[in-house]
Amino acid sequence: MTGDLKNKTLENERLEIQMLLEAIHQKYGYNFKDYASAHTKRRLHHRLNISNMSNYAQMMHRIIYDEDFFNSLLLDLSINITEMFRDPMVYKKIRRELIPRLKTYSFIKVWHAGCSAGQEVYSISILLEEEGMKHRSQIYATDFNELILDKAKKGIYPLEVMKTYTGNYQQSGGKNDFSDYYTADYDNVILRQSLKEKVLFSSHNLVTDGVFGEMNLIFCRNVLIYFNRQLQNRVLKLFYDSLCPGGYLCLGSKESLKFTDMEDKFEPIADREKIYRKKRLP
Amino acid sequence: MKETPIKKKYEAIVIGASAGGLAALTAILPNLSKFLALPVIVVQHLSPDSDDFLATHFNRICSLCVKEAEDKEPIMDNTIYFAPANYHLMVEQDKTIALSTAERVQYSRPAIDVLFETAADAYADRLIGIILTGSNSDGTKGIQRIRELKGLVIAQSPESAQVNIMPLSAINQAGVDKILDLKEIAPYINQITEKET
Repeated sequence: MTGDLKNKTLENERLEIQMLLEAIHQKYGYNFKDYASAHTKRRLHHRLNISNMSNYAQMMHRIIYDEDFFNSLLLDLSINITEMFRDPMVYKKIRRELIPRLKTYSFIKVWHAGCSAGQEVYSISILLEEEGMKHRSQIYATDFNELILDKAKKGIYPLEVMKTYTGNYQQSGGKNDFSDYYTADYDNVILRQSLKEKVLFSSHNLVTDGVFGEMNLIFCRNVLIYFNRQLQNRVLKLFYDSLCPGGYLCLGSKESLKFTDMEDKFEPIADREKIYRKKRLP
Repeated sequence: MKETPIKKKYEAIVIGASAGGLAALTAILPNLSKFLALPVIVVQHLSPDSDDFLATHFNRICSLCVKEAEDKEPIMDNTIYFAPANYHLMVEQDKTIALSTAERVQYSRPAIDVLFETAADAYADRLIGIILTGSNSDGTKGIQRIRELKGLVIAQSPESAQVNIMPLSAINQAGVDKILDLKEIAPYINQITEKET
């Protein structure tokens, strides 16, 4: 058992945070109660510090009365850090091992769940185009955050990140010159319009919304780490129900099905790249 | 002041290291008792594209089991966990691992502050934090939190550190309970965590 101090400081803090999350849920409909609590706490704490407030009760009041404040908090709570062709070896694996099998279908559907600002969506769009699959595929890109979804639709990224993206693209086995895919001005690049043709962006909340359609491939990379185990299990069930038999699930490099209820429903295809396949028999 | 350490049932150890950390960790981890009945969680600053060589390397030379930490993994005694490159490592209230790709903290991901602050919240006064060699001030804020919640903080002595900026920052900005030369750290840990018989 731990001491009084822990009870006082930490328990009170936890209670305040619980009430704040409840307020967000009731007022705005976003449910963060099943997010990984250490993560939520850090993000709230960060916002508390930079907003010069002294406690979460004060912050809760502000959340209820100030929608702009809530919107900035909403961005804090979702982590939107990613790259084009992030973890290049994953894309290499997809190109070499998944694409030949996906080519046996007349038409494929791909779902990017938690697509953030779209970097990884356009990466798969480029990959499908280079593999000659573009005209028989549909990509669905979803996120719960409308602001970030607008950014994704635009496909505009700062010029300074292109060096990393280009390096990733080359390591992933890209077949062309990466600069063929964008036009640059002084500060930004805009991706080629044709990369957006087969992409449908829409709002979808993994916490509350349901099955999305019958997919051949689902990407959900570095999203589940922000959920607690219960919510992870719920979302993995949702993915299971949204995949066709033999469909693929790609998780983030440090995510796995190992500590979830769904481990025996999938078979690992690539251990390092965290690619799983839905088993054909239940 | 009495020099005998207070025996308290500690539940976890967190270690932060940056520049020069490989040598420092090599002086500590293999010398921890194989009967060490608690988990050790380590953040060593790494380049973002590093693989799991640290865990593999130390697993070969340590008597305790060493592994790279995985998301949602229950934290076990007798085990040393390394934060994976390019991810923050957090400790949850229920003593499981949580990883995150959030912004760098003190220019680092993984950051020592993130590990120390979340571990302090999870273990409070049952936590031991150790800050080792390094060339920035990551870890200092985390140590403040550990001390606030009455955990024990040890700094590698600046004289025995390959780069003294990190332990100096911790000592000067946050204050520590104990300053030890590198070679004294493992024996001290073994001593204060030894099970009473």
